Amino acid sequence: MLDSVLAIETPEGVTLSLRLAGLIPRVAAYIIDQLIRFALLFACFMVLSSLREAGIGMALLIGFLLEWWYPVIFEVYGNGATPGKRVQGICVMQVDGLPVSFQSSLVRNLLRFADLLPIGHSLGILSMAKTRNYQRLGDMVAGTVVVWRETARLPTDILEAAAVEPPVKLTPDEQRTLITFVERLKKLNPERQIELSDLMQPLTHAIGAEGLHKLVGMANFLEGNR
Amino acid sequence: MTPQEFARRHEQEWQQFEALLNSKKKVANTDFPRLYRQVCAHLALARSRQYPVGLIDRLNEMALGGQQRLYQHQGGLWTACLLYISHGFPTLIRQHARLFWISTLLFYGPLLAIGIAVWREPTLIYSVMPADQVAKFHSMYESGHQHIGYAGEDGSRVMMFGFYVKNNTGIGFQTFAGGVFAGVGSLFYVVYNGISIGAVGGYLIRQGLAENFLSFVVTHSAFELTAIVISGMAGFMLGLALIAPGQRSRRDALVYRGQHAVKLVYGAAGMFFIAAAFEGFWSASTLIPTNAKFAVGGIMWMLVISYFLLAGRGSSREA
Repeated sequence: MLDSVLAIETPEGVTLSLRLAGLIPRVAAYIIDQLIRFALLFACFMVLSSLREAGIGMALLIGFLLEWWYPVIFEVYGNGATPGKRVQGICVMQVDGLPVSFQSSLVRNLLRFADLLPIGHSLGILSMAKTRNYQRLGDMVAGTVVVWRETARLPTDILEAAAVEPPVKLTPDEQRTLITFVERLKKLNPERQIELSDLMQPLTHAIGAEGLHKLVGMANFLEGNR
Repeated sequence: MTPQEFARRHEQEWQQFEALLNSKKKVANTDFPRLYRQVCAHLALARSRQYPVGLIDRLNEMALGGQQRLYQHQGGLWTACLLYISHGFPTLIRQHARLFWISTLLFYGPLLAIGIAVWREPTLIYSVMPADQVAKFHSMYESGHQHIGYAGEDGSRVMMFGFYVKNNTGIGFQTFAGGVFAGVGSLFYVVYNGISIGAVGGYLIRQGLAENFLSFVVTHSAFELTAIVISGMAGFMLGLALIAPGQRSRRDALVYRGQHAVKLVYGAAGMFFIAAAFEGFWSASTLIPTNAKFAVGGIMWMLVISYFLLAGRGSSREA
């Protein structure tokens, strides 16, 4: 599959897999956070401006807290997610899969300043494109990654057919590919369906409608519909 | 065993585990650790037997949740904070004394050089900053205002405090972050700050405002200037990870040094905060006699120096 997966090995000797979050959800989360921060700051200024200069001083303090500490507090005490990340369904983790530590969260958020350069987060984006785990500079120094909170959900609403056991054992990736292909059938026209399922002849030992039918059966088998 | 049989046989344990995962209660004295090891074993089995991917996904999610729950960072934030202030911070500075002195040199060197140059030849200041800014500084330190060191006529102290916290701590953080570019960013900020502070100081002293200026800065500068030096030091520490990573790969060195460097940064942030409090509520006041300011300022400088020289010695406990 084309999913970018980070595999981590635990002390229990088992490998866990995490799905890394790419650029788009992270940018969306960032924009949401910026809007929330702006709204909070604006509200503070409106309320505190009645106190004249003392109020402005307090608003400046709040601005400072929002600028530097908002992400840290949320990431450490909010299960690795700022409100924006929560909406997007992503969160920050240590690269070993543990919850993000205070220190690491502070590092990655202080270094945002370096990621911002020279304009519009370009260094951060470049760094994400060049590293295997989509880490921006701050993530690299902090040893953190941004991942999807939920592990991949398999589609459950696939075409129904009598279960057919695959002739060979399929690896999890192959299983996933097969099931998602069958789910996608709804969006393909019949000719294209046959064209694609014919590629699977080594597995189905059949072509045309019969091969396609067998593939749907196998997907049903793998989903446990039997 | 078929996957269905496998799932049926362990379903009860899994549900028990998921219930514990979702509960907010502490899991220390429950079945949790045992069940977690079970789930890990089941996941490994399901993987090696190539069970349906849906089953593997479910077990993976359970194991991941369990790992995070079991290995989460323990609290004790206040103790850690106090221990860091009493031991960790000064010890860390002494551990990396060479970096500290390099940063000190890079800051105070340009500060003194430009300060003396501007003092001898005041027009030089115009090659460092624009004329209207110079005029602003000049009026800030003139006598006859309610406050000194601040441009507004009726500036409130809280406002100045807020401004100093935001502005100065922000500069400190930027100085640190610049370190990720092999230290060049930090170098720029440290030297640049040294130059501007030196130029303003030299200029104001030449203009005969020495008493106002020096009495204003003497107290909070003990914290503020030291904090700038420490921010630079933290940035250089990061930069050094790229230039001389030692036995580690550059990426590992960055992570390793970063953990130390950020400790310096929150030490520096604390000092910026103290400095802002003094700057807003003490230094700027015209009610406090100049002599008192110099006396307190001297004490603060001695306090800061002896803190970094002495605090945390004679104890092997690490913060």
